[in-house]
Amino acid sequence: MNNGAIVSLIDVHKTYRTGEMEVPAVRGVSLEIKRGEFVALMGASGSGKSTLMNILGCLDRPTAGHYILDGADVSGLDRDRLADIRNGKIGFVFQNFNLLPRTSARENVELPLVYSSQRLTHSELREKADRVLASVGLAGREDHYPSQLSGGQQQRVAIARALINQPEVLLADEPTGNLDSRTSVEIMVIFQQLNERGITVIMVTHEPDIAAYAKRNVMMRDGVILDDHLVSQRSDAASQLQRQHASTL
Amino acid sequence: MRVAPTFNVALRALRRNKLRSVLTALGIIIGVGAVIAMVGIGNGAKAQVEAQIASLGQNVILIFSGSTTSSGIRTGWGGAGTLKIEDAEAIRREVPGVIGVSEEVVSTTQVAAGNQNWFTRIYGESADYFDIRQWPLADGAPFTSQDVRSANKVCVIGRTTATQIYGNESPIGQILRIKEVPFTITGVLTPKGLSTQGVDQDDIVIMPYTSAMKRVIGGTNLRNINVQIADPQQLEAAQQQIVSLLRQRHNIRPGRDDDFTVRNQQEIAQAATATSRVMTLLLGAIAGVSLVVGGIGIMNIMLVSVTERTREIGVRMAVGAHGTDILTQFLIEAVTLSSVGGVIGIICGIGASKVLSAYANWPTLISISSVAIAFLFSAAVGIFFGFYPARKAAALDPIEALRYE
Repeated sequence: MNNGAIVSLIDVHKTYRTGEMEVPAVRGVSLEIKRGEFVALMGASGSGKSTLMNILGCLDRPTAGHYILDGADVSGLDRDRLADIRNGKIGFVFQNFNLLPRTSARENVELPLVYSSQRLTHSELREKADRVLASVGLAGREDHYPSQLSGGQQQRVAIARALINQPEVLLADEPTGNLDSRTSVEIMVIFQQLNERGITVIMVTHEPDIAAYAKRNVMMRDGVILDDHLVSQRSDAASQLQRQHASTL
Repeated sequence: MRVAPTFNVALRALRRNKLRSVLTALGIIIGVGAVIAMVGIGNGAKAQVEAQIASLGQNVILIFSGSTTSSGIRTGWGGAGTLKIEDAEAIRREVPGVIGVSEEVVSTTQVAAGNQNWFTRIYGESADYFDIRQWPLADGAPFTSQDVRSANKVCVIGRTTATQIYGNESPIGQILRIKEVPFTITGVLTPKGLSTQGVDQDDIVIMPYTSAMKRVIGGTNLRNINVQIADPQQLEAAQQQIVSLLRQRHNIRPGRDDDFTVRNQQEIAQAATATSRVMTLLLGAIAGVSLVVGGIGIMNIMLVSVTERTREIGVRMAVGAHGTDILTQFLIEAVTLSSVGGVIGIICGIGASKVLSAYANWPTLISISSVAIAFLFSAAVGIFFGFYPARKAAALDPIEALRYE
């Protein structure tokens, strides 16, 4: 089963039950993502991509099928075991950032470590958080509250939080949905850099130009994968940003 | 478990909503404060009653003459005159463990000295009386057994009677006229204050019972006999022996009722302290209701807090918090609110009872146990009323929680 794939879904189904009605959201998806890939999961709303994302993020369990993450089947684990997997192997980036309000950037980034099995001292926590914040370009903003940061900066705090436990997979759910186009590109710069460093990135988006920053695009419709292809003309966020910068001068 | 960081998270959440935390804790502060103050008042009253009972004397058995019915009118205890001087002597002689017996007759009358007069109670007693009631003299000397045998015209008086008749003058050696009989005052009793029934115990003249019978009251019947026993262990046995002795002396056949009543001091004490215990319980219960109301306040605010922070809970779960982490976090918040409130409430309650003692002149007594119970109870209120909201938070589905607007 383990042929270099960090994530493999085998005939995964997810059916929601609302009263008497059974609503199938994901109807038999098999997908393999190798270490170091950058996948954009695309589809219209109701296509099942968010449900699939929740399953990939171990926030939800499939009703049928198997999910093998990093060589271990996680489809049958209980709540607490799933929480441990989310803590150690997965980093989340959300559309609306989901930072804790009135909590400093540093403390937001430290959050996954609080629930981690590794015991760190207060100063180790702090040092680690500051280092990750600096790596996403937020050195000097460690003590700012989310309300004192711009949308792009908040999303970078969220990325730092996702990275703090050195996850296997970075999951991003519409990471640029609440950002203007220029800031979106800035975020994509970070994603591409992270991917370059070997982190697997899976990103849900419905914007084709954002999906173009990924290496591979997976299209979903009605709970099944419609199309799965490598991106031929990949956008390079960093050079794009430079061009934008030059044109405004 | 990751208790230390969870503790920090909980405390920070409380600090973030200072006013709300203070108001929520206020419910517990008032509740615990009320419990401490009320129980303090109740215990103070109980201690006062106990002190008054103790002033009756130690290990005392009281034997009252029976009542009688004449033309349908019942006289009450002591009315039938069934107790004789010989009964008292028999008790003194035959009941083991007896260390003091005082024959008692009682009357009220006008007493006079010089141009002053005063209406007071006259007690005829034996010389043992002052030991039985543990009632030393403040000044002068008590009358003696010799005075009792000879029915001498001597008496001791209480503080109130002394002040009413002699003012600031010393009454020792003065002549007090009781029913036109001149009595020499040999001593003044130490003040005892009010009895449990609110009677001024110092408004009294005590003389040998022989003198009282012969010169003041008349008759040969005793109202009651006071008996003191050496050892509290012997109290029950002595009481039974007194009953059988008196039944025998009074020729009461088996199956017929006693023509006297025997009470021991423990029974009287129990009855009196039972009353004040009920009062303490009642006050405590009323105050406890406000503590419960405070607990409901905590539950209410915790529920609001859980709803408000649904998104935060979702984020925490998404990054790896277990249900128990969330449960602990909210429980710690609730228990912190209630136990900090409890500590402040204890301080306020102690303060309130000090103020009541000082200004309203109510005796209050704060016991360590009531403080400990109030504190534990407030912490328990936090756990009890915090558990439901905390469990609700812990049971949230992370996906739903993250989506919550």
